Amino acid sequence: MTVAIIDCGGANLRSVQRAVELRNMKTIITNDRNVVSNASFVILPGVGSANSVMNNLITNNLVPTIKNLTQPVLGICIGMHVLFDHSEEHDTECMGIIAGNIKKFKADINTKVPQMGWNKVTFINSCEDKLNDHYYFANSYYSPIYDHTLAAADYNLPYSAAVQTNNYYGCQFHPEKSSQAGQRFLDYFFNSNEDITRY
Amino acid sequence: MITKRIIPCLDVKEDKVVKGVKFKNHKIVGSILDLAEKYSDDGADELVFYDISASTKGAIVNRDWVSRIAEVINIPFCVAGGIKTLDDAREILNLGADKISINTPALDNPKLIKQLSNEFGSQCVVIGMDVKIIDNKAYLFAKTGSEKTAYSTDILATDWIVKVQELGAGEVVVNAMGQDGVKNGYDIELLQSLESKCSIPMIASGGAGGPDDFINVFNQTDVDGALAASIFHRNEFSVGQIKEALKANKINVRI
Repeated sequence: MTVAIIDCGGANLRSVQRAVELRNMKTIITNDRNVVSNASFVILPGVGSANSVMNNLITNNLVPTIKNLTQPVLGICIGMHVLFDHSEEHDTECMGIIAGNIKKFKADINTKVPQMGWNKVTFINSCEDKLNDHYYFANSYYSPIYDHTLAAADYNLPYSAAVQTNNYYGCQFHPEKSSQAGQRFLDYFFNSNEDITRY
Repeated sequence: MITKRIIPCLDVKEDKVVKGVKFKNHKIVGSILDLAEKYSDDGADELVFYDISASTKGAIVNRDWVSRIAEVINIPFCVAGGIKTLDDAREILNLGADKISINTPALDNPKLIKQLSNEFGSQCVVIGMDVKIIDNKAYLFAKTGSEKTAYSTDILATDWIVKVQELGAGEVVVNAMGQDGVKNGYDIELLQSLESKCSIPMIASGGAGGPDDFINVFNQTDVDGALAASIFHRNEFSVGQIKEALKANKINVRI
C-alpha cells in the first residue's frame, strides 16, 4: 500500500509525508505519472496558490493522470481547490473533477482574511460524528456548501471543510497539522477504499 | 467559529531555547525538541521559533532543527530569523514549517513581502513587528535579536501595519518591546491603536504573566492569538491551564 504524494512545489511536503507515515503507510513524493497511477492512494498537498499548483500539474502533464485515477485521492487545501472547476485565486481554471467554484473570503470587521487557526468542523453524515473536532485552517479561499460537502465549518458564513465526489476527497483544513483530529481524518481517508462503492 | 490561539514562543540561540528580559541577558531554558513536544502535548495551538542568533549575525537559520521539529510535532509552527530571500523561505517551508516570519528584511526591502505572498500564499507570510513607545509614538525596531544590534526606525507601527497588508502579509505579530519578559500584561493600548487598521490576523506578544493577562487581551482587544514565553518556559502555568481559565471566561478556545 503506497501513498503517492504529488510534489506541486512550495508545499509542506515533509509534514504531509510524516503524517502519512505515522498511519503506517509507505509514501513516495513524486511527479511521475506512472508512480501516481499505480499508488494505492494519492495525496495532492497544498501550500501555495491555485495557479502555481495548476501550472506545476500542467508542466508535469499530470492533469489527465489525476482525472483518470480510480483509487482514493485526497486534495489538501490548495490541493482541494484545484480539484474544483475554478478558483477565484488569480482567476485559475482548475481540473474540473469536483463540481463548483472556489471563492475568496471577504474581509470585514468580523472576518479577517486569511482565516488562520483552529475551527470547529462538523461532518454532515452522523456516521462520521467521531470526526467532529477542531482542525487547523490557513486559507483565504473556500468552497461554498455543495451537495458533495462532507463536513462544514463556519467563518461568518458556512463553508465546506471537506468534500467528496466518488473517489476524490478534499479537505480545506490541514490534517497533517491538526494533531490527533487530523490523524483520525487520515485514517478515515485510508479506510475509504472499502466503502467507496456506496457513493 | 475560529478559536483564539495560544502560542508559546521559543527563542532559539545556537540550537538551544533561551529567554531574556527586554531582549537581553538570555539564559538557556531547554532543548528545542523537548519543549516543542511538551507544548504541543499541552494543547498549544501553534509554536513560533525565533532564531535570534541568525538575525543578528546576518546568518540564515540553521535548517537542521526545522526538520527535526517537523518530525516531533503535528501542529503548525512558524520560523523566524534571518530569512531574506524566496529561496530561504522555500527551503524552510519544504522542511515542514507552515509560516515564516520576517521583521528586519521586510523593513529593509518591503517588496519581499509581496514576493513571498505571491509565491507561497499570504497564509505563510507573517510580519513580526517589534514596537517600542517613544514620546507617545509607537516605532518599529529592527535587528532586535540582541540589545547591541537593535535600533529604532522612523517607521510608525500604525503606518507599517497598513503597508504590510497591502503587500500581502497574512498575519502580524505585534511585540511590545517594553513588555518583553517583564510579565505585567500585554500592551492593550498599543494593540487597540492598531486593531482598527488590521484586517488580517493579529497576534499579541510581550508581557504575559498569568491567566488574567490572556483573559484581558482577548476581552479588551480584537487579537486572534496571544504569544508567550517566560510563563511557559518557567513552568509557572501550562498552556492547558491558560486555556481552562479562558474557557471559564467564555473565550472560545480549542480544548
